[in-house]
Amino acid sequence: MNYLMAVFSIVKKDVLMEWRSKEAVNSMLVFALLVTVVFSFIFEPGSETKNEVVGGIFWIAVIFSGLLGLGKSMVSEVQGGNLEALLLSPVDRSAVFFGKFLSNLLFMLFMEAVLVPLFTVFYDVNIVARPKVILVIFLATYGFCLLGTLFSLISVRTKTREIMLPLMLLPVMVPVILGAILSTNVFIGGFPAENAGNWITLIASFDVVFTAVIFAIFGLIIEE
Amino acid sequence: MEKAPLVALRGVVKRYGHVAAVKDLSLDIPEGSFTAIFGPNGAGKSTLLKILSNQTRPTSGEILYSGVPAAKLEDSFRSKFGVISHQPFVYDNLSAKENLEFYASLYGVKNAGARACELLKKVDLYTRRDDPVRTFSRGMLQRVSIARALLHDPAIIFLDEPYTGLDSVASASLTNILREQLEGRKTILMVTHDLKTGLELASRVVIMKKGRIIYFRERGEVDASAFESVYLEQAGGPEAAG
Repeated sequence: MNYLMAVFSIVKKDVLMEWRSKEAVNSMLVFALLVTVVFSFIFEPGSETKNEVVGGIFWIAVIFSGLLGLGKSMVSEVQGGNLEALLLSPVDRSAVFFGKFLSNLLFMLFMEAVLVPLFTVFYDVNIVARPKVILVIFLATYGFCLLGTLFSLISVRTKTREIMLPLMLLPVMVPVILGAILSTNVFIGGFPAENAGNWITLIASFDVVFTAVIFAIFGLIIEE
Repeated sequence: MEKAPLVALRGVVKRYGHVAAVKDLSLDIPEGSFTAIFGPNGAGKSTLLKILSNQTRPTSGEILYSGVPAAKLEDSFRSKFGVISHQPFVYDNLSAKENLEFYASLYGVKNAGARACELLKKVDLYTRRDDPVRTFSRGMLQRVSIARALLHDPAIIFLDEPYTGLDSVASASLTNILREQLEGRKTILMVTHDLKTGLELASRVVIMKKGRIIYFRERGEVDASAFESVYLEQAGGPEAAG
């Protein structure tokens, strides 16, 4: 079985299931909308301090709704023992991981595509006014989904999975979250793009290193 | 030179924390055999099946497939396995046919749609092929699970309580399917509490208790009429009936 075909089959299956149930995407969108609306109450109209914190609010909405979506997407693999069946199939086990990861990444990018215009409405800020923000959003979401998928696969078989996932994931994600917030603020605030350069490099390095590590050792991790 | 058994366990131990589910277990499974594994709850039967089907690694000991250690086998080797478990291994929001087509794609089955339909006819679910499996009863799910396990025509079939939830018609149909597989020289291992059906199909009989094999006979050596009392005696009292 071709590695890429296996990844594609899993993504196709997840997209079809999500298209029918809309469970993960709807949960993420509703949660992200709530965060966006509630945090918008803290600013006076025309507040000058707003631009300094909007990036943080955006990433809070993304991270916490993403946690919700990751949990939902893994539940379908636990119900009916499907994860076991996937691991029984004659494909490299990392293909199963990358299939699930790409599905989660697609769902999160879709949620972010809806969230960005909402921020323009509620905060009068165009987050993607500078194209490099799109790169930051993609790289940080990639890193978040990468480790989020790994930890949700590990924690999904535990009774306390709702707690275990953020407990395991968020400490490891600190460099990515910090980098994403600070570099987003740089672009929103109209500061020189060089100020965000180191953060973008850090997030990209994080993504590359963990992609390679997971590709190499996922089989061992999941068996244990 | 004597041919190596299709599957061989050598001193296999499986621990979950401090609990040993399987203890120092050795067993040869020749090609074309039907091994029925009986035992009370907690005897280690399902764990043994998981070890044999490569779902979990033993804590110590060795598994050999045709003489080759499991650790040296490619991922593609798992295409020789078909597993029917307690759980159906199907996605609620997909139809029976979509579920089978998805697994067929992972196993590289050619003409997935036609193969899925062929098996759905075999398990008598063809007319429900486009219905989401969340609308299926337990017995129907088990029949989809049987079709899924046979999709890629596996050489070794592992069954964990496959008759659970099946009505008498579906049970008879499963028995026929298993007989067909045996005629095709497939190797079958079945964990079951159903002594009668197990004995009816098996060529070898195993009783497990507390992670060990405590009884092993070729089917010809077993007196079917006295087997229940042998089982109760070996497995430790009436509660062993499962």
